[in-house]
Amino acid sequence: MITTEPTLEYIYNLISEIPDPEIPVITIKDLGILRDVKFVDNKYVVTITPTYTACPAMGMIEDQIKEILFSNGITNVKVELTYSPTWTTDWLSQEAKLKLKKYGIAPPNHSSCTKLFSTIDVVVCPRCNSKHTELISRFGSTACKALYKCDDCKETFDLFKCH
Amino acid sequence: MNIQEATHTYTLRLGDNALILGHRLSELCSKGPILEEDLALTNISLDMIGRAQALLKYAADTEMLGKTEDDLAYRRPENHYYNNLIIEQPNGDFAHTIARQLFVSVFEFLFYTELEKSKDTTLAAIASKTIKEIKYHMQHAADWTLRLGDGTAESHKRMQKAVNDLWMYTGEFFEMDNLDTFLLHQHIAVDASSLKLEWNKYIKTALNDATLNVPEDSFMQTGSKKGIHTENLGHILSEMQYLQRAYPDAKW
Repeated sequence: MITTEPTLEYIYNLISEIPDPEIPVITIKDLGILRDVKFVDNKYVVTITPTYTACPAMGMIEDQIKEILFSNGITNVKVELTYSPTWTTDWLSQEAKLKLKKYGIAPPNHSSCTKLFSTIDVVVCPRCNSKHTELISRFGSTACKALYKCDDCKETFDLFKCH
Repeated sequence: MNIQEATHTYTLRLGDNALILGHRLSELCSKGPILEEDLALTNISLDMIGRAQALLKYAADTEMLGKTEDDLAYRRPENHYYNNLIIEQPNGDFAHTIARQLFVSVFEFLFYTELEKSKDTTLAAIASKTIKEIKYHMQHAADWTLRLGDGTAESHKRMQKAVNDLWMYTGEFFEMDNLDTFLLHQHIAVDASSLKLEWNKYIKTALNDATLNVPEDSFMQTGSKKGIHTENLGHILSEMQYLQRAYPDAKW
C-alpha cells in the first residue's frame, strides 16, 4: 500500500530501464525516447518521442510504461507523444553507443554527417573495426538502420543511421 | 475564411499527399525489383504513412468535429481528397516509381524546410520531424536516377521516358490558391511558387548527372486543390477504404 505520493524521480527511474523493443540492449532512456515525467491534474504524464515518425514500437513502449507503473500501484498515468524537439541520434550517450557496438550495430556518427545527394561517411565495422565497409542497402531491418558489409571480416552488419 | 478552417484544409492537403503516396509505395511490398529495394520502398512508405497520421490527426483536431485521423483517411470520397495528381499516378515500371520519388522528394525537401519556420507550432514540429526522413528519400531517389539514367541503353531510355511522362504533373507543386495566400500572410503556409527555381536547379543537377535531359515546361495538369483527380485515385481508395466501407467501425 502506497501511503505517500510517489515522486517524479521514482516514476522516472521505474520506467527508464525499459528496453527498446527493437534493440533490447539499450533502454528508452539511452535512446532519448523517454523525454519527461510531469504531474498534471492529478495524473502522471509521461512524454515520449518517436525516433521515426512511423516508428511501430511506440505503441508497445506506451503499453510497457503503463504495465510497469500499474504493477507498482500507480494507475493515474497518461502517456503523451511529442514531435518537438525532434529526436536525433545526437542524444545517444557514449555509453549507449558502446552498447550498440557490442551488440553488433555500428553506432551513428554526429547527425550533421548527413549530406544531400551523397553517400554516408566511412562506417567502421562493429566486429573487426575495419574501415573497408560497403553499403548494401540504405534501408535495413528497422526504420533506424541501414545494411552494410565488411570487406575484411566479410560479415554483414547494421548501421544505426545518423538522424 | 478563418485561420482555423484554412489550417484544417491546408493540413488535410499535406496529409493526403503523404497518405496516398504511402499507399502507392506499399503496393510494391514483396514486388520490389530486388530485396533491398523491397525494404527501401516499404520503409519510405512507412515514413509517409507516419507523416500522414500526424498530419491527418492535426487536420481532424482543427476541424473540431470530433473525428479521428482514421475517419479522414477512410470516410472521404475522392473529390474530398486533395493530394497532388503526381502522387496518385501508378507505380508503372521501376523508372516511373523512381522519377516520381525524385520529383516529389526534392519538392518536399524544399517545402518542409520552409514549413519548419511556420508560426503554427504543430505544423513546424511535424515539418522538422519529417525533413530528416525526406533527405533520406531524396538520396535514395537520386542514387537510382543515376544508376538507371547512366546505366544501360534500355534503363536510360526508360528513365528518360518516365521523366518525360511525369513532367506535366510537376506544375501543381508550385500552385498557390486563395487559401494558401491567406495562410501565407498569416505566416503559417509556405510560398510554394517561390520554390520552383530551387527545385529546377536540384532536378537539373540530378538528371544531368544521370545523362538525362530536363523536359521543357509545356502543358501542366492541375485540379487537385479543387478535388479533381485522374482516374487513378478512385482505384486506390476503393482498395484502401474497402474494409471500413464494408464493415463500418470495424476494429482489430
